[in-house]
Amino acid sequence: MQLIPCPWCGPREEAEFHYGGQAGVAYPENPAELDDEAWARYVFFRDNPKGPFAERWVHTAGCRRWFNAVRDTHTYRLMRVYR
Amino acid sequence: MTVEQSPLAAFAHEGGDVRIAEIPFLTQLDLRLDPDGPAFPAVAKALGGELPTAPCTASRLGDVDALWLGPDEWLLLAEPGRQRELEVLLRAAIGEEHGAVVDVSAQRTALSLAGPAAREVLARGCSIDLDPRFAPAGTCVQTLLARTGVTIVVQEERFLLLVRASFAQYLAAWLVDSTDGAGR
Repeated sequence: MQLIPCPWCGPREEAEFHYGGQAGVAYPENPAELDDEAWARYVFFRDNPKGPFAERWVHTAGCRRWFNAVRDTHTYRLMRVYR
Repeated sequence: MTVEQSPLAAFAHEGGDVRIAEIPFLTQLDLRLDPDGPAFPAVAKALGGELPTAPCTASRLGDVDALWLGPDEWLLLAEPGRQRELEVLLRAAIGEEHGAVVDVSAQRTALSLAGPAAREVLARGCSIDLDPRFAPAGTCVQTLLARTGVTIVVQEERFLLLVRASFAQYLAAWLVDSTDGAGR
């Protein structure tokens, strides 16, 4: 099983984690001013690169902290994790 | 009148090289606190020792075990019936600062696992390396044991497993199953 290095607990089995999608998706500054198209883009549209991708992960079965990871979507190798 | 009932009701198993027993009704308080805030030293003074800040460790502070659960979260374990006294003590130490003390004694029950084959039994369902070189006494990990979320505290001569009440019977049955052939 793939090991994911939790920035707090160290390397743990992937089954202890949950995925949180793309990192750094900012909440709209004025959500009331968004039209449906812009709102849909904020809620549903995510990058889908082949290669390094900044993601959110949570160590559900461990310390239950959220952290960021840069993962290569092609090789599934975690290049970096940071708090 | 309410009658206290433990999820495992006097469960104990002794066979081969493993001894498993429930330690019911421990006082368990969840403590949230900023480790860099002013309440942190105040709590250390009240408990008679500093809360562990290294990930995956536990410390004995007087007659209370403090388990690291996260960078700003600890679980305090003490003898049964000390909830109120410790809550009052901690709340007084935290004062007006940002922090929280929650009685979570009913959330989990504790199992002690001892004997020469205890480590082997755990290894059958847990990916954490519990070899004494990597997990000496004072190690405290939250992980999965046989797909069940547990907190494993490595103590001198025994392991303490904290498991959610609703998972306790399953885990106890799994542990007994896993003692089969262990230590041979």
